[in-house]
Amino acid sequence: MLLREVEYARPATVEEAITLLGSYDGARPLAGGQTIVNVMKARAAAPDVLVDLGDLEDLRSIGFSSDGLLEIGAMVTYAQLVASSEVEVARPILAEVAATIADVQVRNRGTVGGNVCVSDPTNHLPPLLMALDATFTIRGASGERTVPAGEFFIGVYMTAVGEGELLTKIGVPPSSGAGDGFAGLTIGKHGTYIVNAAATISTDEARIALGCVGATPVRATAMEESLAGSDFSEESVRAAADGLGVSLDPPSDVHGSADFRRHLAEVSAVRAVLQAAMRRKGA
Amino acid sequence: MGAPARSRAISLELNGEQIEMEVPARRLLVHFIRDDLGLTGTHIGCDTGNCGACTVHLDGAPVKSCMMLAVQADGAKIGTVEGLAGDGELTVLQQAFNAHHALQCGYCTPGMLMSAAALLERNPHPTEDEVRYALQGNICRCTGYVNIVEAVVAAGGGGA
Repeated sequence: MLLREVEYARPATVEEAITLLGSYDGARPLAGGQTIVNVMKARAAAPDVLVDLGDLEDLRSIGFSSDGLLEIGAMVTYAQLVASSEVEVARPILAEVAATIADVQVRNRGTVGGNVCVSDPTNHLPPLLMALDATFTIRGASGERTVPAGEFFIGVYMTAVGEGELLTKIGVPPSSGAGDGFAGLTIGKHGTYIVNAAATISTDEARIALGCVGATPVRATAMEESLAGSDFSEESVRAAADGLGVSLDPPSDVHGSADFRRHLAEVSAVRAVLQAAMRRKGA
Repeated sequence: MGAPARSRAISLELNGEQIEMEVPARRLLVHFIRDDLGLTGTHIGCDTGNCGACTVHLDGAPVKSCMMLAVQADGAKIGTVEGLAGDGELTVLQQAFNAHHALQCGYCTPGMLMSAAALLERNPHPTEDEVRYALQGNICRCTGYVNIVEAVVAAGGGGA
């Protein structure tokens, strides 16, 4: 497919990238390109200027902050997450989920930053990062700010990253004994999700986030509250999920009606919570 | 700082050969390979990133060349199916495809070979499950995959 005419720049530093993004109308960052190139083919969007982040080595690293936060650069690929010893030590669920995104070729190019900045409601990482209580660092001409997942995802294809800004890294607290789970139903193995759920269970808190049931990931707060002090038996987790479906307003499409998604949301949340509970320390 | 431009002079290594060319920013890598360089072994199947027929190696890793701009490959090493049997002799993998009847129409074969070659590079003796996982991004509408998987397992010595 022939793309519409576009201008291209390949900055060498994050500062240059931000300057370029802020200086040209219709400028968009180009990360791994596994979404935007197809969007451009379909002419669903037509950026005037692509700012290729490919040379920004600062954004390709995985490490720990001084206070022990797992820091994942926005240009880290899924393949990097899967192979990372830091991820394996601090939060292995990230590697486990990344290994099921699309296929080998897409995992070699697709990036964590691209996945979240696209803010497609069917993507894997938004609900997972919300359950993990991740933070998102955004840099612009006027400086840097860090927002939680609840403020980062604003709508379908919309995030807190404004014009002239760039997501630079994602901070994920290490598990510290908490267990993490992820479950859902895909269209074909490792395909697009119809509904998914991510859960984190620690000694004092349950965090559950659902994907594909709204414009942004949805916290299952009532279920979280009824799990306080739970024994996490299958029976009690199922009881806690009761009523979750009717509280949601999911979309209907060819892959599933809204009612089917309400049903799947309860099933997925139960599976994710049971998996997380089984994996927590001392379980 | 380089200002945005509609084309860019790129320099890359393709199948071991150094290439320098000015390409439009909107040119997909697969079109650059097929139309500008005349290497038509890399196929366009779906043009939506699903089928994997356009798979090439980017610095050794399999990627879909229809989901990448040619300008993004500036400075990279690209490998295409033409580079597999560089000296004219089919590789062990290609011979295994022949022996196991791993193709019918052949359209997906270049992509299958590139994904399988990258797997064997990283994991010289893959099991059947590892082969299936590695080939998930490559669609074949003829064979049902059985013979393709057998060929790759055999090329790796049987998954020992």
